Amino acid sequence: MFQRIKKAIIHSYRLGVKDLIVFARDRLRLITFVIMPIFLMIMTGYVFPNQNALKNAPLGVVNLDQGTLGAQIISAVDRPASGQNATLLKLTYLGSETEAEKEIKDQMINGAIVIPADFSAKIETGQQATVTSITDQSNPQISLLMSEALNRLMSAISTQMATEKVQTLVPGVADPSAVVDPFVVQTVGIIPGNPNYFEFMAPGIMAMVIMMAAMIGLAGSVSRERELGTLDGILSAPISRLSIIVGKSFAQGVRGLLQAALTLILAILLFGVVVHGNFGLLILLLILTVFSFIGIGIMISAIASEQETAMTIMMTVMFPMMFLSGAFFPIQQMPTALQWISKIIPLTYSVEALRKCIVLGTGISGMLTEVWVMLAFGVVFMAIAIPVFGRVTTR
Amino acid sequence: MNMIEVENLTKRFGSFTAVDHVSFQVKKGEIFGFLGPNGAGKTTTIRMLCTLLRPTEGTAAVAGFDILKQPDKVREHIGLVAEKLILYEQLTAAENLTLFGRLNNLPEKEIKQGIEKWLNRLHMEQWRNNQTGTFSTGMKQRINIARALLHHPDVLVLDEPTLGLDPQTTRAIHEFILELSQEEITILLTTHDMNEAESLSNEIAIIDQAKIVAVDTPKNLKRVVSNGDTAVIDIEVANLNETMLFSLKKMENVASAVETEPYNLRIHMKGDNAASAIVGAIAAEGGQIRAINTVEPNLEDVFLHFTGREMRDKSTGKVAPSQRSLWRRRSSRVR
Repeated sequence: MFQRIKKAIIHSYRLGVKDLIVFARDRLRLITFVIMPIFLMIMTGYVFPNQNALKNAPLGVVNLDQGTLGAQIISAVDRPASGQNATLLKLTYLGSETEAEKEIKDQMINGAIVIPADFSAKIETGQQATVTSITDQSNPQISLLMSEALNRLMSAISTQMATEKVQTLVPGVADPSAVVDPFVVQTVGIIPGNPNYFEFMAPGIMAMVIMMAAMIGLAGSVSRERELGTLDGILSAPISRLSIIVGKSFAQGVRGLLQAALTLILAILLFGVVVHGNFGLLILLLILTVFSFIGIGIMISAIASEQETAMTIMMTVMFPMMFLSGAFFPIQQMPTALQWISKIIPLTYSVEALRKCIVLGTGISGMLTEVWVMLAFGVVFMAIAIPVFGRVTTR
Repeated sequence: MNMIEVENLTKRFGSFTAVDHVSFQVKKGEIFGFLGPNGAGKTTTIRMLCTLLRPTEGTAAVAGFDILKQPDKVREHIGLVAEKLILYEQLTAAENLTLFGRLNNLPEKEIKQGIEKWLNRLHMEQWRNNQTGTFSTGMKQRINIARALLHHPDVLVLDEPTLGLDPQTTRAIHEFILELSQEEITILLTTHDMNEAESLSNEIAIIDQAKIVAVDTPKNLKRVVSNGDTAVIDIEVANLNETMLFSLKKMENVASAVETEPYNLRIHMKGDNAASAIVGAIAAEGGQIRAINTVEPNLEDVFLHFTGREMRDKSTGKVAPSQRSLWRRRSSRVR
């Protein structure tokens, strides 16, 4: 009995090493192995819209003001005060509101501000003036970012004007800004330094590359060997069926871990991500992630006899996981129904635990739920998948 | 001693029967040929014997071990050269052999000696450290055969071993197979190549549509086709047409009639005075006989005799002549 287990382990190891050598000698696969995490980082980190990402957004300006205040505002928008992003907006001067609307419809500009003819007059006579901002709702993300940016700019200008006015109206006030804005909100983060979007993304990407290796890699590797015919060679050798699947899982697990490590190194070196948690715990979590996905991978490789079928099933399973797990988008943003679905996806727990460890520096006691859930996913799926695999290989 | 004993082996995939109650025995050191067109059930039978498929009915024993009860023992005693190469292209010849040696639980020393021995015998020793992906098909097949022999199996299973190889390599592999059988290795060979089956096999099983239709030595099989009251003749008829062929096929003396080449008929005859009856029938239809030859039957004739069909490889796109009209064949073949 002991001898058989020892043999099975040795066979698994041999098959795993074989898979890794085959992988390492395939130049194309090796290149994708390195490039994929880089692409994912760049894509998710830069392409997803965030406040700082808005650059050179074309804004139409219609100045109908007969006084001088309108021109002052426009120049303040054009060259925002220090602290604001200097190249946030690119101004286009237009003659009328109708023209602005036409330009938006032609997608020449993303939005416009209209300063009415009585703007200066109203302010100078002590009335409240209005600036109209026209937004393009066909592109909600840009429209939102733009109106946020404009609001910030406008309220800054408005505050400045108010401060000046207070000073002239009530001479001798020590701090006129205290009159205009009696209090301000100060935001303090719990993480030292200046965390960026990549710190949110990196754990998600690491969990995802492991998921891909464990699921796509495993199922792909089994179905590829089935199609090539080499699987028959392994199956007709006197080895346990379990060794085959353990060996393959081992190889794909190592691959996934290496890729996750590569992601982390890139995140640290290129994107300034800082790991606040314990490195040992991080590695443990990554191994757990592999473990939680292997069962699903085995199951799909057992069911799908062709590589193409395996890939199709994979995509169907993986896309919802990617988007619902909170790897890219916060779960809190999702509708309640989707939040429930995200609770039955192993990736959710892996991403959550990794994020806690990397970004927040939480210890293992703070993520016991995630750890148990991942272990349970792994055990349950393997218990189902391994017998299925055994049966399918000797039909 | 029988190295392979197959009894009523049957495999169904849903409602399709791929192998239908197949039984045969192979003695130790024999080369047993499995001859039949593609899709006849050769590979399915072999996969069951190699424990890669579970039979629906019946069973078999390989090297004395039951394929259902002791699959691991069977695997230890069998070497498989399947239709698809069992080689990793990214590994070198030696690495491939080492891997499979280890999976077969051979001691390291024996693996080294085995690699040395088989690569030498297959004239591949200078390629041992090259990745097999860089090899030609023939070279790959040699390494593939070495891999199957490394753990000195009692039974070597060769599924279409020379398919797609050049004539030179084919000849070399044929010689090698004959050498192996001298060394008491039992060989189960599937092929759809008549010549390969005939020149290598001690015994041949003709398999068609999932069933074995005949098992015997090549000599005896051919004797069935031409002995006493049966014989094969070729008749060349200058004005051969569809009606003539049709009425010939209906004759009692004609077991089968097939137009093998334009204007040339191959007829399996039976019964007394068959030749004169056939000649008479052709003359009655106004046929102009140019030549008549008696034919030394080959396995093609044997297949025809047992199945009533010509054995042609479906994959080459050639169709049995009876399925096409004579007219079309004539117009397309300009001589």
